[in-house]
Amino acid sequence: MADNVTPRVRVPKSASAGEVISIKTLISHIMESGQRKDGDGNLIPRSIINRFTCDFNGQNVIDVTLEPAISTNPYFEFEAVIPETGELKFTWYDDDGSVYEDAKQVTVG
Amino acid sequence: MTKLKSIRAFAVLAVAGGVAFGGAAQADENAELIVNGEITLVTKTAAPDHLKDAVDTIYSGWLFRETGTQAMQMDDFVNPGMLDAEAGIELYNAVDGTEGKSCASCHGDIAEGMKGLRAVYPKWNEAAGEVRTMEMQVNDCRETRMGAEPYKYISREMGQIVSAVSLQSRGEPVNVAIDGPVAATWAQGKELYYTRTGILDLSCASCHEENYGNMIRADHLSQGQINGFPVYRLNNAKINQVHDRFKGCVRDTRAETYNPGSSEFIALELYVASRGNGLSVEGVSVRN
Repeated sequence: MADNVTPRVRVPKSASAGEVISIKTLISHIMESGQRKDGDGNLIPRSIINRFTCDFNGQNVIDVTLEPAISTNPYFEFEAVIPETGELKFTWYDDDGSVYEDAKQVTVG
Repeated sequence: MTKLKSIRAFAVLAVAGGVAFGGAAQADENAELIVNGEITLVTKTAAPDHLKDAVDTIYSGWLFRETGTQAMQMDDFVNPGMLDAEAGIELYNAVDGTEGKSCASCHGDIAEGMKGLRAVYPKWNEAAGEVRTMEMQVNDCRETRMGAEPYKYISREMGQIVSAVSLQSRGEPVNVAIDGPVAATWAQGKELYYTRTGILDLSCASCHEENYGNMIRADHLSQGQINGFPVYRLNNAKINQVHDRFKGCVRDTRAETYNPGSSEFIALELYVASRGNGLSVEGVSVRN
C-alpha cells in the first residue's frame, strides 16, 4: 500500500471554443520498481501507478500505461482541444487496486 | 575574473555545440530565476567582504544547471520538492509527543512563525551556548517542548520539515552572522573548507573555488553555494539536506567522511552558508 498519494492537476479555468490548452498533472507516489532489494536481501515488492487516463465529458483524451522504470512522483504534461464547456476527469490506477481521481471544470465562453 | 571568463567560455561553447547536441546549452550567466512568474531570486551578486580575496562574484548553483532543470524550479507545480515541503507543513501542524503539542502550538502559522529563519541559520543559541543548525533546533524543540522523539538528522521527516520552514524564507537574502560568539566555529569551518581530504587530495576549494564553471567529468562544477538547500536532487529523487551533500562531496574525495550533525559539519555549514551571504534563499531548489 502506497502512502501519501495525492494527485494534483493544473488546468486553465476557462478557454475559447476549440482552443488547445496545456494540462499538467502530478501524483505523489513512491513508484517502487520491484527490482530493488532491502537491507536483508529480500525483494521489495513492486508498487507503482500502472495506468493514467484523462477524459473530457466522457470522451477519452489520453490513456497511458506506466512501466516500472518511471521514477517517483510521475508528472504528465499534455495538450487537449476544448470544444465546449465541460469537465476533465483524471484517473490514476495503483498496483494495489486503489484508484485516485481528480476533476477540473473548464468553461468555454 | 578568470572564473567569469570560464563560465562565459563554456556558454559560447554550448551555443556552438547546440546544433549538434540539442539541449546542451547551460550556464547562461545572465539567466533570471523567477519562480511562479512572480518571485525574483538573486542568483548572482557581489561576494561578501570576507570572501573578497577569493572571488568577486557569488553564483547560485541554479545558474550551473541545464535549462530543463532550471525550469523545474521556476514553477512550484513542476518542482518535485514542493511535495515534500507540503508534507513538511503537515508535520509542522501535527501534534506529536507527550506534551500534546505541534510546532504550530508555539510558533503559530508557519508563514509567520518561520519567516526569515532559513536566511540566518546556522546561528548561535545563547541558552545552549552552541552554534545550531536548523535540524538541531527542530530536534531540540521536539525533545524539550513537545516530548517527542527526535528525528534522525538525515531523514525523510527532517528533510520535509526543513523544506517547509525554508520555503517561508524564499527570496530573502542569506545573512548568517560570522562574528561574535560564532567566530571560532566559523574559523573552524573555514579551515575545513580549505583542508584537502581523501585519496584524491581535494578540498572544497579545489573544486568550488578554484574550478567552478569547469567540468569534473560530466558534472558542471558550481561554487558549492548552499543557499538553495534543502534541494530536490534528480539524482536520487528526494530532498537532500546540507550535511547529506557535504558527506557526498567528502566521500567523493575518497575520504572517511564526518557524520551528518557532527561538530565538523556544523562548522562547515556555517562557513559555507556565509560564503553565500547576499544570495536569495531558494526554499526548495532543484538540482541534478
